[in-house]
Formats: sequence, structure tokens, C-alpha cells
Amino acid sequence: MSIKNTKETWLFSISPNNKFFSINFNEIWQYRDLLFLFVKRDVITAHKQTVLGPLWYLIQPLFTSITFTIIFNNLAGIETGSVPPFLFNLTGIAVWNYFTSCLTGTSNTFANNAGIFGKVYFPRMISPLSKVISNLLKFGIQLIILTVFYLYFYLNGAAISLNFSFILFPFIVLIIGIFGLGLGMIISSMVTKYRDLNYLVGFGVQLLMYVSAVMYPMALVQQKMPNFVWLVKYNPLAYIIESTRHMILNVGQLSIGGLVYTLGVTIAVFIVGILLFNRTEKNFIDTV
Amino acid sequence: MRKDIILSIENVSKQYRLGQIGTGALGHDLNRWWHRIRGKEDPYLKIGEVNDRSTKGTSDYVWALKDINFKVERGEVVGVIGKNGAGKSTLLKLMSRVTSPTTGEINFGGRVASLLEVGTGFHGEMTGRENIFLNGAILGMTKKEIASKLDEIIEFSGCERYIDTPVKRYSSGMYVRLAFAVAAFLEPEILIVDEVLAVGDAEFQKKAIGKMQDISRGGGRTVLFVSHNMAAVKQLCSKVIVLEFGTVVFEGNTNDGIEYYLQSNQYDGYIGHYVNEAVEESGFVSLALLDKNYAIRTEFGFDELITIKINVKVTEQYLNSHIGFRVIDRNERVIFTSEIKLASEIDKAGLYQFEVKLPQQFLVPNKFKLTFGMHIPNVALIDYQEECLSFEIVETGSDFHLFSGNDYGCVFMDCDWKIL
Repeated sequence: MSIKNTKETWLFSISPNNKFFSINFNEIWQYRDLLFLFVKRDVITAHKQTVLGPLWYLIQPLFTSITFTIIFNNLAGIETGSVPPFLFNLTGIAVWNYFTSCLTGTSNTFANNAGIFGKVYFPRMISPLSKVISNLLKFGIQLIILTVFYLYFYLNGAAISLNFSFILFPFIVLIIGIFGLGLGMIISSMVTKYRDLNYLVGFGVQLLMYVSAVMYPMALVQQKMPNFVWLVKYNPLAYIIESTRHMILNVGQLSIGGLVYTLGVTIAVFIVGILLFNRTEKNFIDTV
Repeated sequence: MRKDIILSIENVSKQYRLGQIGTGALGHDLNRWWHRIRGKEDPYLKIGEVNDRSTKGTSDYVWALKDINFKVERGEVVGVIGKNGAGKSTLLKLMSRVTSPTTGEINFGGRVASLLEVGTGFHGEMTGRENIFLNGAILGMTKKEIASKLDEIIEFSGCERYIDTPVKRYSSGMYVRLAFAVAAFLEPEILIVDEVLAVGDAEFQKKAIGKMQDISRGGGRTVLFVSHNMAAVKQLCSKVIVLEFGTVVFEGNTNDGIEYYLQSNQYDGYIGHYVNEAVEESGFVSLALLDKNYAIRTEFGFDELITIKINVKVTEQYLNSHIGFRVIDRNERVIFTSEIKLASEIDKAGLYQFEVKLPQQFLVPNKFKLTFGMHIPNVALIDYQEECLSFEIVETGSDFHLFSGNDYGCVFMDCDWKIL
């Protein structure tokens, strides 16, 4: 092998000039084994030295659903139509959990990996990507429990059925993942300099849940608080959750306009996320 | 013939901001942005000063590296030396793509892997085997590559028995061995190594140095090696670069480079010179440690000649005194004493100059202090300068490094050996 290096034939170069948009998919592909191993690490180490292990993935949504059912449906009297409230909440929470775990898992990428990022180079995108994938596995486990309860209620005569739009469900899951990843990358890029964002994300996510139609149908807001409906209407997450329930439980409406809007926002957020992430990954180690 | 350049560093500088990053960062960012949209230069790039940690500067910005230029040919093993804070680690960070330069450009003609610290990405909960794969992948190997070398890696590490135990149960030595073993089987075209040889016991260090030599010789691989261990540098490197305050002050042949470093980069903590102009009666006027070129030095190679120059003032009444010195090592052990009876050399008062030569290859690598005295034994102490000079004998790649880590005593004796 005798490659003569002239100025034009370098394998790669480093310089301070930022290209406006530079994501090296080729390089990410080369490091796919690392992506896989990071996912494996997350899975292996998530529940070491716990008695219940992966059961924790089930306990959390179950108890949250029970609590929501008691507070919002029994106490506050939110109507969920023909769908059992518990199932209604469980569906919303499973989807919501996937989004928040993607967001919180990626929003601290730089701070959490400062040690390793400061020592070796690999495409930094691998790290948030692996979080999204390992959270997908977690989501998969939660879907199993959802299926179990779905069958239970179905066999007991609850009026629930899959909508034909269910075929779009994988697409919804993809959107959630990309939206969480994009938002997480934006936050992780800014948090390296402005730590304040850490606090904002902490309670911001909690507040966001209340305007994302997790424990109520979107129509209810329209009906009871028409002045505040914009809060929910411009929230892409509300469409995601509402659509999921439509697909799985055949309840509420599937707003095509809303989904297109959600897709647009997701793509925009993702692109901004990559831009900021790329700019940050070059020098963040000096500021973190 | 055109040389095959695999790495070229052109006008590279790196600026850091001192003090609390965060406070005022937003203000500076806004100012930068304001300059940029008006098409002006970054206002903070103009300021910044040489990075001398011991002097208080006036600017919040320093240049950790300033206008670095050099090229590395394929197959070269380049040592980067310089005292703490000279910019070695910053340079390596730039080359391993951890951070990018403030100005300038670095061009690579091959895959790079860096061993800035072994064991990066090890996860305590995972077993040795799992960590080999994870760490290998972080360092840029594919799963297939790792799998094909797994047995060799395990064997090299010598941790076979524990390979399926979580690494948090490992002793620190085993941890490091395993980590180095993974790194040693990397096959990039350019390997960047920072002080990894400072780990493990003597036996493992020897193994590691051997492996490094194999890598550079056998594979024709290019290695950049940063170390304070002059012996290892001398053994491994075909070329050295000496950094000082963020600039390259020497580039070339290894032996010359090490000598340059020892001469120029003297550790401030040693005292090579003592002056007392105010001596009225008898006493030492000046004392100095000199190298073979009669320049004041405080770090000497094991095989270098050390000369002590003594200027002493003697009055009539003390013509029968002795002058001498004591060599003390860092454990406060007195190694030896040497003295001279003035009466045998001089017969009248005046200012005299003496030159004492310490034998070469006598004091072993260690830190030493010198105490000087002028006295009439058991009668009077005329001048006594306790530990007024200090110096270090450093290992520069003589045969002596073979014994590093062993207690070889304070001095090396070239005894008369005879076969009978």
C-alpha cells in the first residue's frame, strides 16, 4: 500500500472552520458495531444488582396508570368514552415514556460522556443514537404489558379495537424517536455552556406532559377550555399520543393535518439538533 | 524521492479561556456573534498570551499552542517531550480529534487511534470479555477485528482466569493490563500514545515497551509518543519534538532532542547556582553545578559528567581549614562526603576557585541535594550552606533503565570483575 499524500488526498482533516451542515453518515456506518455495543452496555448494566431487574420497566407505567386512573378519571371525572380509563392511560404513558426517555437520555450526552469524549474520537452521534435504540427496547417491553392488558379488557367485553391506521404505528414510533433525539441534541449542545438548561429540562418535561394529552382526550380541551386549546393544538406530542390511541384503541380522531404538522416539526427539530450538535462536538471538551 | 507524509500539522494554534468558564460566557458569545455578522474578525483571537503558568498574565485568554508546524512521515516514531504545561497534551488532544484547533489545520493520511488513557469506556459492571469488545469498538475496531484477536488480547493481558468476571472486581493492576492489551492490538496507521507506559509493574512495563517497539518496527506504523520517561523515548523514538510554552523549540534527532530538553527545560525546583557576594571574611562566594560545556544545569544524564565549581574566600586565620560537601538523596540519606584540606593547596589569603568533578555513571537516577561546609575539624565551623544546591540524575536510556523499579542503592559501583 503506497498512497502518496499530496494536499488533495488526505484521508481527513481537522480545521476550525465549521461547515454549515456536516454529518458523516458514512462514518456512523463504520462505527455501527460501537452503536450496537453501546446499546448492549445500556441493556446489560441497566439493572445490575437489582432484584426485580427489567420488571422495573413494567412497574413504573403500571403504577403511574393506576394513579392517573384514580386521580384523573375517578376523582376528576375525565371521560374516556368506551375505552377503559386504565388502558387509555397506559397507552398514553407508554408513548410518553418513550419520548421522555429519549429526550432525557440524549439531553445530557456531552456532560455524561465528557470523560470518554475527552479521550477518544468516534462519531459523537453514536452516543445519543444508542440511547434512542436502547429506549426502543424498553418501549418494546412496555408494549408487551400493554398488549396483555389490551387482551384482558378485550376478552372482558370492552369496546376496543384496532383501527386500520394501525399500520402507521411504526411510523409514529420513528417520529417519537427522532423528535426526542432532535430535541435532546439541541439541549445537550446548549447545556455544555449553559447548565441552567438542566433544571429547565427536569421540570419542563413534567409540565409538558400536562399539555400533551397524555391523560385526557384532545377533544376534551376543545370542549372545556377553548381559550387554551392552542397549548395542546400546537404541541406535536399531543398529536402523537392522540394518534396512537386512535390506532390502538380506536378512540379520538386521527388528524392528518396534525400528523403532517408533527412530521414537519420533527424534521425541523432534528435538523437544528444535528447542526447544533455538530458545532458543539468539535470543541465542547474545552467548555464542559 | 518524495517523502511519504502521513500527518501534517500546519499553523495550528489553540486558545483557551482562563478562569471561570460560564460567567460572562454569554456576553463574549454575543460579542463574537456581533463581530461576525458585521464581517469582522473574532475579537478574542487577537488577545491571548504565551502560556506560562507561573507568571500572572493580563489576559483571560492564553495560547496553549501557538503556530505549531511539523510533518510526520509514515513509519516514524516521534517522541513529544516538554515539561508540564508545555502543550503536549493539548497537541495530542488535537491530533486524536478530541477537540479542534482555534486556527490552522491538521491533515491525516491514515486512520488514527489514541491511547490518551487506557481503559477509556470500561464499564465496571461488565465482564472483562465484554469490556474488550466495548473498549475495542470505542478505539475504532470493528467487532470482527476484535473477535479475531480476542485470544491474543486475553493472553497478552494475562487475565484469562478473570475474563468472565466484572472488571469492578479486578485489582487495579489487572484492570490496566487488560486495558493496555486491548489498545496494543489496535491497528491504526497512526497511533497516539500518552504516558501509558507509566502503568503496571516492571515486568508488564517491559512487555508494553516491547509491544510498542514491535508495533512501530514491524507494522511500519506511525507512532506519536508523549512521555516524561526519557529512557522510553530514547528507546522507541526515531525523532523528537520538544515543546516549550506552546511552541516547537526543537525538532530532530532523538539524542539531540533529549539533550536540548535537559539543557533548556530545567525544573525550577532545583538550584544549580548559589551566590553570596557579601562574604566578608572566609566563606563560599559562589557555588555552581556545571555540565561538560560549563553551563549551569540541574538535570544530568546518568552518564554525564557533573562539575561543581566553588569560589571561596579565605582569610589568613583559616588557612588550615577544610572545605567539602555532602551529597544527600531525597530520602535524606547522606550518600557520601568529599573534602579537601586547604593548606595542601594554598598558603595565603585570597579568593580561590576549585573545580570538583563527580564521576560519571556513579550517582544513580534520583534527586540529590548538596550541603557545603568550611571548617576546621572539631574547632570551628566557618561557613555552612545546608542543601544550597540540588539536582537530579535522570535516566536517559543507558543500560541502567533495565533495573528501574528495583532498589539499586544510591550509587553504582564499577567494580573490578575478573573471571578466574
